[in-house]
Amino acid sequence: MPMTEKNGQKIWQVRTTNAQLIRWAAWLVGLAVFLFSWKEISDNTLWFMMDNVGEVVADIAGRATPPRWSFITELGKPIWDTLAIATLGTIFALVMAVPVAFLAARNTTPSRLIVRPFALLIIVSTRSVNSLIWALLLVSIVGPGVLAGLIAISIRSIGFCAKLLYEAIEEINVVQVEAIKATGASPMQVMVYGIVPQIMPAFAGIAVFRWDINIRESTVLGLVGAGGIGLALQSSLNVLAWPKVSLILLVILVAVVIGEWVSAKVRGAII
Amino acid sequence: MSAALEAKLGRAWKKPPFISNPIFRWTLTIGTIAYIIVAFWGIDVNIDRIIRGWARGWEFIKAFAEPDFTSRWKDIYKGIYESIVMTVASTVVGIAISIPIALGAARNIAPLPVYLICRAIVAISRALNEIIVAIILVAILGFGPLAGFITLSFATIGFLAKLLAEDIENMNKVQAEAIKSTGASWSQWINFGVQPQVMPRLIGLSMYRLDINFRESAVLGLVGAGGIGGTLNTAFDRYEFDTVAAILIIIIVTVMFLEYLSGVIRARIQ
Repeated sequence: MPMTEKNGQKIWQVRTTNAQLIRWAAWLVGLAVFLFSWKEISDNTLWFMMDNVGEVVADIAGRATPPRWSFITELGKPIWDTLAIATLGTIFALVMAVPVAFLAARNTTPSRLIVRPFALLIIVSTRSVNSLIWALLLVSIVGPGVLAGLIAISIRSIGFCAKLLYEAIEEINVVQVEAIKATGASPMQVMVYGIVPQIMPAFAGIAVFRWDINIRESTVLGLVGAGGIGLALQSSLNVLAWPKVSLILLVILVAVVIGEWVSAKVRGAII
Repeated sequence: MSAALEAKLGRAWKKPPFISNPIFRWTLTIGTIAYIIVAFWGIDVNIDRIIRGWARGWEFIKAFAEPDFTSRWKDIYKGIYESIVMTVASTVVGIAISIPIALGAARNIAPLPVYLICRAIVAISRALNEIIVAIILVAILGFGPLAGFITLSFATIGFLAKLLAEDIENMNKVQAEAIKSTGASWSQWINFGVQPQVMPRLIGLSMYRLDINFRESAVLGLVGAGGIGGTLNTAFDRYEFDTVAAILIIIIVTVMFLEYLSGVIRARIQ
């Protein structure tokens, strides 16, 4: 720890003067970048619209309450579709993610030089594009509807599930695999009795975790025409039917909370 | 296995099932299969439309081979620029607001009433989807990056405050206690006893959130909240798949770069 002497008194400091200056410079640069970003946002904002924000909020809130409860009978099918997109999408994604994960894990991949980079590319590219963008694309290919949402959710989830799963595979206990091998087991048997039991809890946890996220994501897919309750939200928003909008938002909120509760319970039971 | 050995062992060894309770296991299996069948029933697949769309899908895949960066470059540049600006500003503001809320949401630091309020804020922020928040804010504030900026800041709070609060709750009590026993004030206690312990995690989470915010900012434009999403939506509407491919490539490369950067920073801190 650096120390300076002043009038015969020793003064301790956490950092040397240079280190301190570098830190301040870094903070200054960071602050400048932030202020610049803020200025850009501010320049692109119509600030005169802010003059009556309070009125607008009060107006919308007034129109949106009370929610039109009778509309709930028409939401049964959309919410069913949303759940179907989330659940079937997760199942499809898992079916595709498992082989990708085994090809991507360092200890199970058949070839580190050729197959592994390819598997990693699948993981990165499916993961970094949001499911709404996938949905937008699929709506223009397979047409609007539940199917587009289902495929969008599956593709988006592959990368996520495969990444977590291959990390779990890489962390398995080698001794157990070795023991199975020592009995003269075939590679397939090693897989089934040596590796799979070790990653099963992680697999179940990932599945439920992703299912929870997929419920959130599938509620908004309808905004681009990919089915589910988002479709109802979009059509209500288009005609500014605020009582319907507030009811739909409430239903979405309940679905999300229930999904999170179920997922937390199941994960708690597994781990 | 030989018959003699079989007789000695009694019965052949079987892999224990994943769920031990047989009733629960079978209801779960049958229920799942039944649900999948019923759910599939509800999806109407328009084969005719898919065949017609297939050509378009093929065109899209071909577009990735020759993405068109130039003809709409001005729009792409403006969109990406706005996305980055939104990401930076919202991450900074989000972190600044999250830290006090995280302190309040940690049970070992905050008194019960503060704890409950902060946990409620976190729960609300996490339960509301970004896109839905953006739609409401666009309705209130009008089109533009301000709506996106507020949406992302709000979403950052739920994410960062929750994980940071968990880290604070798991911190080493002894160090905090040692600072307290020197007669430190509350702010000194936080600054010297708690903050150094959670700082690596805070920086790691912030970098991770920067990455997420950029990804999210890419879709907020779909509902008019600024950023590259608006450009992307327009390109889709015009069926300009080569421009779409160019935008997607830029997004993927930026995300990969950010992920790499955050990986390097997190590895250096820990």
